Amino acid sequence: MSILEGKGVTKYFGGLAAISNVDFNVEQGEAFGLIGPNGAGKTTLFNLISAALTPRSGTIRFKGRDITGLSPYRICRMGVARTFQLVKVFADMPVLNNVILGSYFGMSPGMSSKDAVREATELLEFVGLSAVKGTPAKDLTLANQKRLEVARALATNPELLLLDEMMAGLNPAELAQAMELVTRIRDKGITIIMIEHVMKAIMNVCERIMVLHHGQKIAESTPQEIATSETVIKIYLGEKAHAGS
Amino acid sequence: MDSTTLTSKKSLVWLALILIIFILLAFVPLYAPGYPIVLLSSILMYVIMTVSWVIFSGPTGYMSLAPAAFFGVGIYTSAIIGKALPFPIVVGIGGLASFCLALLVGALTLRLRGIYFAIFTFGLVMLIAHSLLFWELHVTGTRGRFVMVMSYGTVYYYMLGVFVLLLITAYLIRGSKYGLALQGIGQNEDAAAHTGVNVTMVKVITFAISAFFMGAAGAIMATKWTYIDPFIAFNPFFSFMPVLMAIFGGMGQLYGPVIGAAVFTYLEEILITRFAELYMLIFGTILVVAILYLPDGLVGLIQRLWKGISEGKHVDT
Repeated sequence: MSILEGKGVTKYFGGLAAISNVDFNVEQGEAFGLIGPNGAGKTTLFNLISAALTPRSGTIRFKGRDITGLSPYRICRMGVARTFQLVKVFADMPVLNNVILGSYFGMSPGMSSKDAVREATELLEFVGLSAVKGTPAKDLTLANQKRLEVARALATNPELLLLDEMMAGLNPAELAQAMELVTRIRDKGITIIMIEHVMKAIMNVCERIMVLHHGQKIAESTPQEIATSETVIKIYLGEKAHAGS
Repeated sequence: MDSTTLTSKKSLVWLALILIIFILLAFVPLYAPGYPIVLLSSILMYVIMTVSWVIFSGPTGYMSLAPAAFFGVGIYTSAIIGKALPFPIVVGIGGLASFCLALLVGALTLRLRGIYFAIFTFGLVMLIAHSLLFWELHVTGTRGRFVMVMSYGTVYYYMLGVFVLLLITAYLIRGSKYGLALQGIGQNEDAAAHTGVNVTMVKVITFAISAFFMGAAGAIMATKWTYIDPFIAFNPFFSFMPVLMAIFGGMGQLYGPVIGAAVFTYLEEILITRFAELYMLIFGTILVVAILYLPDGLVGLIQRLWKGISEGKHVDT
């Protein structure tokens, strides 16, 4: 069953087509990768799905319901959570409160403060931040801030999680932990769409990958096929003629 | 003793202390009916303005310069309907009128951020003052209005009542999930929205709640002034004072703005009466020093001193 479906999704910034006529289909429970060179429109597509931006045309459906043009908090409460490429934590709040905010205002509003604290504590355990729950979020390392964003997103109790370059800038040890975390999230039954430049991560974790280039979808397939696709290699490495000269 | 019983004991002590202060405040008019009451009323008025301002602008970081507008609406409400209705209702309507104005203005302008919001809210004060002046000059052909007079004691008790209501409201908001949402909005509005917070709604409602108390304070204070006109009622001074007092007191704790406003008003009163000519000079100096050397306000200073004392004790033992 498809959980998220986009048809002819288009977004312009001035005269530039950031996303043009993209169709996509994400199945329930899968990990779906989104790759492409810088400026391909990956984050724009995330912003369209999470309603930070409104598409110029096209429709996005979540579990069969048209969610195009709803406000971000509605999308979140329907069960779509996200993280940000440039981390956006609540910097001066303790780590625990960052997550509690997600519990209070996510999919199940009306949660008692006791339940919210308990849920947030469990989630911090899940992402491995229990030791720093009293620390202001701004004092965490980048890797930990990214994990905190994941915990906050999970606290809203999503069915679909959008991860925007969660692994960028991490060292090898942190990378391995992050990949393992993504796998554990998927094992919870949460569908994941992830933007990633770290090929090792995306190839290992995702069942299907979509490639964007200049705002257009140029491929969608399994990791093996993407890795060997000539068009994809051309985009990343350039034309043969150029490469040879 | 574990930490929870310690904190509950500590909060009990606080509660008792606050109760004692309010009981004392309630009896002041019986023992000192003259000048002290007038001074205390004016201190309470500034405390109300400042704490109301902090409810919204403190956590969200949206610097509102609209307090004079909401205060003025309360004043004019009192002047227009004061003679026709019982005083408690007048105060309530004064607050509600400001509440409604804030809902309207908030819905229109809270998408503005940073300096644009500050400028717009300040423009609102000017817009209302000049519109009223135009109305009085060209439509009614009057200038200003007389307000019914209340005794000093009445003004004082109403101010005290509004202050108690405000403190309870501010305390409840701070401790609630909406308090957390307000902080979230201040620290990263986009992230708050994507975490399920209806940011527009939370901002507009809080802005309106803060305006309610400013309007109520205006409605009460009007009766002390007996005559008002658009530039008395909508004096920009009342927009800046809450900001200065909040910074002076420190916004981290609820009692920060209370102490800040109280000390500030008292200081002003002393300076005006004792050093009338040097008043602005001394006052300005104190303000500059406070902003340069008290980053967390008076409360921050007290906390640092206290920490120094208690740590010093530990070193000794």
